[in-house]
Amino acid sequence: MTRLDFMQGNVASAEGAIAAGCRFFGGYPITPSTEIAERMAARLPRVGGTFIQMEDEIASIAAVIGASWTGMKAMTATSGPGFSLMLENLGFAVMTETPLVVVDIQRGGPSTGQPTMSSQGDMLQCRYGSHGDIATIALAPASVQEMYDLTVKAFNLAERFRCPAFVMADEIVGHMRERIEIPGSVEVAKRRPLEPGRLPFAAGPDLVPGFPSFGRGYRVHVTGLTHDERGYPATNDEAVHAALVERLVTKVESSRREIADYEVMNPDADVVIVCYGAPARTVLQLAAEQAGPPVGVLRFRVVWPFPEHALGEFPNAEAFIVPEQNMGQLAREIERHTSLPVVPVPKLGGDLHTPGELARVVEEVRRR
Amino acid sequence: MTFETWLRADRLPHIWCSGCSNGTILNCTLTAVDDLGLDPDRTVFVGGIGCSSRSVGYVATDSLHTTHGRALAFATGVKLADPTLNVLVFTGDGDLAAIGGNHFIHSCRRNIDLTVVCMNNLIYGMTGGQGSPTTPPGALSTTTPYGASEPAFDLAQLAVAAGANYVARWTSYHVRELERAIRAGIETPGLSFIEVRASCPTNYGRRNRLRDVTDQIEIFRTRSMLKAKYDRLVAAGSPVPPDAIVVGEFVRRANPVMGVPP
Amino acid sequence: MLAAVILGRAAVMYDGKYAVQTQVYGPEARGGASMAAVVIDTVPILYPKVSDPDLLVIMSQEGFEKYGAGARRDARMLVDSGLVLSRPGCPYLEVPATDDARTVLKKVIVANIVMLGALVEATGVVSREAIERAVLDSVPKGTEELNLGALRQGYIRGGEAFHEAA
Repeated sequence: MTRLDFMQGNVASAEGAIAAGCRFFGGYPITPSTEIAERMAARLPRVGGTFIQMEDEIASIAAVIGASWTGMKAMTATSGPGFSLMLENLGFAVMTETPLVVVDIQRGGPSTGQPTMSSQGDMLQCRYGSHGDIATIALAPASVQEMYDLTVKAFNLAERFRCPAFVMADEIVGHMRERIEIPGSVEVAKRRPLEPGRLPFAAGPDLVPGFPSFGRGYRVHVTGLTHDERGYPATNDEAVHAALVERLVTKVESSRREIADYEVMNPDADVVIVCYGAPARTVLQLAAEQAGPPVGVLRFRVVWPFPEHALGEFPNAEAFIVPEQNMGQLAREIERHTSLPVVPVPKLGGDLHTPGELARVVEEVRRR
Repeated sequence: MTFETWLRADRLPHIWCSGCSNGTILNCTLTAVDDLGLDPDRTVFVGGIGCSSRSVGYVATDSLHTTHGRALAFATGVKLADPTLNVLVFTGDGDLAAIGGNHFIHSCRRNIDLTVVCMNNLIYGMTGGQGSPTTPPGALSTTTPYGASEPAFDLAQLAVAAGANYVARWTSYHVRELERAIRAGIETPGLSFIEVRASCPTNYGRRNRLRDVTDQIEIFRTRSMLKAKYDRLVAAGSPVPPDAIVVGEFVRRANPVMGVPP
Repeated sequence: MLAAVILGRAAVMYDGKYAVQTQVYGPEARGGASMAAVVIDTVPILYPKVSDPDLLVIMSQEGFEKYGAGARRDARMLVDSGLVLSRPGCPYLEVPATDDARTVLKKVIVANIVMLGALVEATGVVSREAIERAVLDSVPKGTEELNLGALRQGYIRGGEAFHEAA
């Protein structure tokens, strides 16, 4: 039984989080994400959850990690400058295999940049921002409906892989209001507890250990230092360090097909536009109204781990066009996985590409 | 108490130098939690980074060894998510008062129900003896080779001013008093802050003519002044020795708190 | 901004249509120029932004200069005649929304609701029933009659004839 609503994207994300079982939010106000914190402040106490406004983004993500270790589903929301501050403890969350969700409503950067204008400038920050080698799970909603649906999905992926999952939205999708159908119930992944007799950081074949929540008698030691399967520091043991980091990366990267979520239109096209997030709205408009030979559309709902196999859905492709609200962050990744020409179409300043702008690029690419 | 109840035998020996007082302070803390009958399965120790914070790795409870300065923010999340847990924090002067200073004052302001034991050895020990926010003016460290030129924080007064419900200062010489203070801290709802002056012969004493492992303990014994006496001297306008370590209970109050079960 | 949200809500919740509402705003909490746009359609809306609006509602001189002066010649515009001095190069309707709110309804804060009533009456972009229900969803308890009165005052203003382009 779905419920129709006319809702803001940020509010839809908060509602999706609650539906997914989130009961802890630690955050710090930052435009253009603040409506998520405000919604959670109003809603969580009514569903038995806890909201806390921390003293900064560093503390916010730290509190979220602490809450997650009690077994609770926890999240925060921020924008680029706050995300930068969170990177330290996001690395900690990766190292300690802490499930959590961060919603990043991207705005123009670098630095404080454009607080009220849209951007996709954090796509590489979320992938590579942490020191050390990490794998990242990042989703990219393109509508208010997807702000809800993909926030739910992010919680489920965080639980499945015991790692942070990022909803990499943008100011346009976060602040836009549109029609949404809220499902009566959603599929919710439960946290799998540590199996009796197994060491807390010893993984089975899926490389993801069960979770030893605090307060249940596991007496687990959790550290951001390189640790062995008991969780004890083993900082000078080269083999332990290599095995740990390889497992943390591989548990996500080897499941990229399972995690992948994308939409394909016109698979026989010669020219393919690859997109994610708000710019996808322009691309879909162009595909719907364009005269002449159809243009292919590959729209990612999951950007990281990068679903490189999706590029193979277009056997006749001669070029990939990549409109982004940045200077080509995902275009660079696509170049790594194809020998075909990759044409970035950067858009800075906060507005969307117009369908006309993209139509001209398609024409140009076809003339080459 | 048996030692296996609270300590991880398989993690010993510890990393601390001979003459370091962190072990004494850990011992006092564990005596306090045991005397109070806390359930090890329902108790969580949280630490940041530094010699002090390594303590959490030796305790046989759930324990969270976090990033530098952030222990209180992590502990806030643990305690708010499950207020029925007993949550204690081990930290040091660099961890708490420098990189974690903001989290410290806000935790005191929230008066969240944590017990915070700060091993204040006046120096960054783990990284080899750099100056900290509590290094006394004139003291030598690797980053104050001509003597520290900045004023030092009074951590206990800072906690009082920021709103903590229980604040005490002792030294690692005062083991009975320290045990009692930690017990009182755990029993007092809200944020309890216990500053413990700690010795670091390796990285503080060696550079400040306190090379022998007993030199700093001797200072703790001879220069500590009870808070009550200090208050009397101040009230009478009498001089207080500049190197006096004021010890005792600074505040015990019942202001509104966060993170207790409803 | 609130008027745009109410309009979008009316279209989606009570007229069974699709709508997308977006906005441009600055750091000012009050008094800065802001712009909200609504796209309404009977099918899902892909490109959400509005570049050349069919209908414009202008409620400040600054807003006219930024968004109204360049309106398409075949667009239609409603201007708050008490606040906007300029007149556009497209057909326009003068709505004294702020004056009506102050003198007729005795609450200047409902000027945007007067304007919303005028817009609905003049263009039929959503139904009267839809806008009334959406307004009631969106306003504080105890102000229902005030806001419905503002809508009705708007309907009167919206029934008047558009002026030719200036």
